Amino acid sequence: MSGKQHLIYNPEKECMSRDEMHAWQSAKLSETVRREYENVPMYRARMDAKGLKPEDIRTIEDIKYLPFMEKTDLRDYYPFDLLACPKSEIVRIHGSSGTTGKPIVSGYTRSDVNVWSEMMARTLTAAGCTKDDVVQVAYGFGLFTGGFGAYQGADKIGAMVVPMSSGNTQRQIMMMQDLGATMLCCTPSYATYLGETIREMGLVPGKDIKLKAGCFGAEPWTEAMRVHLEELLGIDACDIYGLTEMGGPGVAFNCLEKDGMHVNEDHVIAEIIDPATGEQLPYGEKGELVFTTITKTGMPMLRYRTHDICSLTDKPCACGRTTVRMSRITGRTDDMLIIRGVNVFPSQIETVLVKTQGVAPHYMLVVDRVNNSDTLEVQVEMTEEMFSDTVGQIENVRRYITEQIKSVVGISAKVTLNAPKSMPRSEGKAKRIIDNRKL
Amino acid sequence: MFIKQLSVFLENNPGTLRAMTELLGRGGIDMLALSIADTQSFGIVRTIINSSQIDDAVTLLKENGYISKVNHVICASVPDRPLGLTELLSVIEESKLSVEYMYSFLRAAEKGTARMILRLDDGKKAEQVFEEHRIKMLSQAEVDKM
Repeated sequence: MSGKQHLIYNPEKECMSRDEMHAWQSAKLSETVRREYENVPMYRARMDAKGLKPEDIRTIEDIKYLPFMEKTDLRDYYPFDLLACPKSEIVRIHGSSGTTGKPIVSGYTRSDVNVWSEMMARTLTAAGCTKDDVVQVAYGFGLFTGGFGAYQGADKIGAMVVPMSSGNTQRQIMMMQDLGATMLCCTPSYATYLGETIREMGLVPGKDIKLKAGCFGAEPWTEAMRVHLEELLGIDACDIYGLTEMGGPGVAFNCLEKDGMHVNEDHVIAEIIDPATGEQLPYGEKGELVFTTITKTGMPMLRYRTHDICSLTDKPCACGRTTVRMSRITGRTDDMLIIRGVNVFPSQIETVLVKTQGVAPHYMLVVDRVNNSDTLEVQVEMTEEMFSDTVGQIENVRRYITEQIKSVVGISAKVTLNAPKSMPRSEGKAKRIIDNRKL
Repeated sequence: MFIKQLSVFLENNPGTLRAMTELLGRGGIDMLALSIADTQSFGIVRTIINSSQIDDAVTLLKENGYISKVNHVICASVPDRPLGLTELLSVIEESKLSVEYMYSFLRAAEKGTARMILRLDDGKKAEQVFEEHRIKMLSQAEVDKM
């Protein structure tokens, strides 16, 4: 027991008994399955292929019979073919980078936006936020869910929101001082950068800076980084989890015990599966995290495979919440990289290289974190066709590849040219990624 | 009049130039002129060797995993005195040609002249211009005798 004072936004939902939760989830799941079956032809076809009817899904034990959904579904049915409601009911679109340069998008009904605000209100409250707090939101506002999610949650609590969006560090710190921000919402790497800049400016956390807590997420980080951030800023640093497909941040969150993230189980069902067989695994075992939304009405997701690896526990938490907790994400089942918050698949880079005249499809991606910002280096092999006696011609090809990667993947990469045959050759599974980030 | 030049790609890492020149040296290949173009991530070594050795050099490099290329450049003779090179460059400028790169021979030329290797954006036009201005260009045979 930490002796911390735990605030709970919605005790009725967050502290219900496991039996009550079971009944609630079962009812909401069967409603969602019926809605999906009746409104989304793609999912109806998948259920029909398995001989499943909506009435076959009665309790959450039946969830294991449902077919999975994947990120590729959001691409294949982009932008509106997964809507389970008339398009006119959609009041908001958010999105993130997809696998082919097109974003994946999610549509929200009014009810979905309200549910999301509720989940973020719980998230912020768990970190200690009340209506007396000043919440500085340094997540980006835009298609990305971070900024709006944090804003809506703080707004629902009735706190004072400072919607700074990301970047402009000097101004962030000035506003933080002038307005007396007590809570910070941004990516953990940006929080670290802010913290270091605050220190460099000679400002003292606790005196010049009034922050007491922060909700940080949207990129992978470690427990060590979390502890470092707490010391750097003199705050409680809480980890939050979410993904655009599920509606954004707030799917799961740390309470001040910081021992796993509470899943907002009255809105999403979490499962762990064996990524190879798709079989459900019991609590405590590590595997792939799978989510099912049970209150989303715009674009419900059933058994959505996150490809994130973690474990779940239903052991009671000292904070009083009864919801299942998920462990920190320890890896991925695919080779997706998250670089500066953008999802990057090596296959996207490979496609760019293969399409570029004279470039060999052998490459290595080197990811690093320099000054708290992720960097991507794409190492490419020189070929006879690409080689020239003038620097300009080679640089033109290099510049072309850089621009193509920027346009397809959405991030700037440094392209370097290496000696021929210096890259590993694909023998089933070539190692194409070196991730030097200390995570 | 053009002569052959051999270019080799090198990674910008310690020891790569030594390894490449050692390979050529042990293969008995004699470099008459040399220049290195370097960028942050890679380098291009350009060299003039006796034309009878070019095929051997290319094979040797290829066998050892190097990428190389043979192309044509101009070898011009310029007066070895102050402003000698400037006169050549003035001709190039007035003819609206531009120099992509240029370097000089390692070996001393006949008394009073220096030899420059040039790559211009328009080689054919450069050849005509040089002939009109009576700028001496060395033939491959002359270079091979050096």
